[in-house]
Amino acid sequence: MIDAVGNPQSVLLLGGTSEIGLAIVRRLAGGRPIRVVLAGRASGRLDEAVAGLEQGGCAVQTLDFSAVDTGTHAEVVAKAFAGGDIDVAVVAFGVLGDAEVAWQDVDAAVEMATVNYTAAVSVGVALAGQFRTQGHGAIVALSSVAGERVRRSNFVYGSSKAGMDGFYLGLSEALRPSGVRVTVVRPGFVKTRMTAGMSPAPLSVTASDVADVVADAVRNQRELVWAPGPLRAVMSALRHVPRPIFRRLPL
Amino acid sequence: MSAEPAVPRTARPQRLTGFGRTAPTTALVAPISSEADVLAALREPGPRGITARGLGSSYGDPAQNAGGLVLDMTGLDRIHAIDADSGIVTVDAGVSLDALMRAALPFGLWVPVLPGTRQVTVGGAIASDIHGKNHHTAGSFGNHVRSIDLATADGTVHTLTPDGPESDLFWATVGGMGLTGVMLRATVALKRCESAYFVVDTDRTANLDELMELLTDGSDDRYDYSAAWFDTTTTGAALGRAVLTRGSLARRDELPAKLRKAPLKFDAPQLLRFPDVFPNGLANPRTLRAFSELWYRKAPRRQRDAVQNITAFYQVLDVFADWNRVYGKRGFLQYQFLVPMGAEDSFRRIVEKIAASNHASGLNVLKRFGAGNNAPLSFPEAGWTITVDFPIAAGLAELCTELDTLVLDAGGRHYLAKESRTSPAAIRCGYPRLDEWRKVRSAADPAGVFTSDMARRLELV
Repeated sequence: MIDAVGNPQSVLLLGGTSEIGLAIVRRLAGGRPIRVVLAGRASGRLDEAVAGLEQGGCAVQTLDFSAVDTGTHAEVVAKAFAGGDIDVAVVAFGVLGDAEVAWQDVDAAVEMATVNYTAAVSVGVALAGQFRTQGHGAIVALSSVAGERVRRSNFVYGSSKAGMDGFYLGLSEALRPSGVRVTVVRPGFVKTRMTAGMSPAPLSVTASDVADVVADAVRNQRELVWAPGPLRAVMSALRHVPRPIFRRLPL
Repeated sequence: MSAEPAVPRTARPQRLTGFGRTAPTTALVAPISSEADVLAALREPGPRGITARGLGSSYGDPAQNAGGLVLDMTGLDRIHAIDADSGIVTVDAGVSLDALMRAALPFGLWVPVLPGTRQVTVGGAIASDIHGKNHHTAGSFGNHVRSIDLATADGTVHTLTPDGPESDLFWATVGGMGLTGVMLRATVALKRCESAYFVVDTDRTANLDELMELLTDGSDDRYDYSAAWFDTTTTGAALGRAVLTRGSLARRDELPAKLRKAPLKFDAPQLLRFPDVFPNGLANPRTLRAFSELWYRKAPRRQRDAVQNITAFYQVLDVFADWNRVYGKRGFLQYQFLVPMGAEDSFRRIVEKIAASNHASGLNVLKRFGAGNNAPLSFPEAGWTITVDFPIAAGLAELCTELDTLVLDAGGRHYLAKESRTSPAAIRCGYPRLDEWRKVRSAADPAGVFTSDMARRLELV
């Protein structure tokens, strides 16, 4: 159960090696011995994540999870809930890839669309079913400002995030009557392994900054947040910039 | 063949919280107005189980059951019998203490244990084994219960008594947070009274030490009722300055002539219902400091034999309906704990910690408890209890965790009717008879039908 001060007792991370996802789990645990389920592909990085969380006193379970294998999603999610209530589920998997390859290579484009959109939807449907039965809990979906106004420089990624963003905003409405909250998080440029080698955009943040925003959102039952917060105003302005000007902006 | 609906047809999904308005969850709420309704629900409990709910005055989540069934017991509200000679009443579990009091007073009978509000049901009063300002002389509510009719998970109704054949289930139900079954009816022994007024003495103390002295010099036992408001916003020499009010029910001859004509008149109006328009953060350290200053200053330094009605002396906040809305949407939590006699030093350290923190509380109560009862999960025992209200704010979780350590190290515990954020380990530590209670509970409910958000959160069952 999420308690009166917003602390959960169990967290499911889909994308078990996601840097942002793990930072969120650590922040939600806040040093308390909570139950964590990491769903991801078996790897050295997943083992490291388990060891790190166990060191902090958490009871960690891993589930083999592949985003592209949508046929298995319902079963993986059901397994996570079989061990007891899940208070917060974090949908943190995604691929960034090479933006120029992504719009010219069919396989690369389809993979990105599948992981970032189709798989996110598939997982969302499975989570919704479990959470409705449970009557409480929160889903955190990691979207991106790239999906808020899709731009030339990474439009395959941006369009996939735009799709998942829209799905989870809708899911938020659909789950309201059942007492389940959905938070869509739109981070800007986050300095992680995924963005290593890219030059950081203004207002860039770290995984730990995103975790702070998410913990606050879970606590205060927010439906849509930006990381950092001021990006909300920036994106609000950018959304309305006319196309001829927008394409000239160094974004 | 179609299956029977798993829940009563009249059940509707509803978002529920406790009085603190924190941690909302959604459950199917079924209105209950008869024993048959309860037994019907027990036949189809569903995968997420059942919890009974009264007036929702617990601060946290004991009357919530996310994804499951919640029985709204307030419709089971008949007062069956009042025996004016013996003072024994038989009431449905959904009868509020307010209704019981209004019905019993004309017979010269007084509800023997009253909490800070009359808006609780008899079932809730037993489930939380509530206490009042007279705990040091009258004990908790369970001490006055003569029998409970409990519907258990198998659909049978047991009449439990404190020393009958199923006395272990009686005492597991007293303070058992509704987790042993659904209470249908209870018989309670009321206390004889000559008036509905109190004769009250007030003492304002400069600090906590002065207050503790007054409470331990033997004078406390001369009063049936005793509790102090204290200030959590002052430090140093004024740490825990307090207003101690103590009194007893007035005899008819103690009343002024004007009141003597109708000494049993129940004089407790509801003046105001707060609208749900207050922003988060209105109750902040600055406003709470101002409130505390005012509350302290308005009290007389020393006053003897003042005649006061129940609102003035006892249930000040019952004048306002929905006053919890003042804390805004984010809600608040009430932190109530006790430390045993002899742990006065830790007690002082806890008050110091609250005063030094940047979390302020306006409604703070300090009381000396008398001896506890037989119930394994009953909260009161001989010692000191403090209640503070904190608006939910950043850093509050950390402060409360630090307070937990001090409370548990001193051999104390948390009050489950107020609890909304501690750990299962803290409850195990504070209630050493938890396992004994669990054994009785699981014998009565082997399939675990009765559960609640609190039961899940604190791993009670």
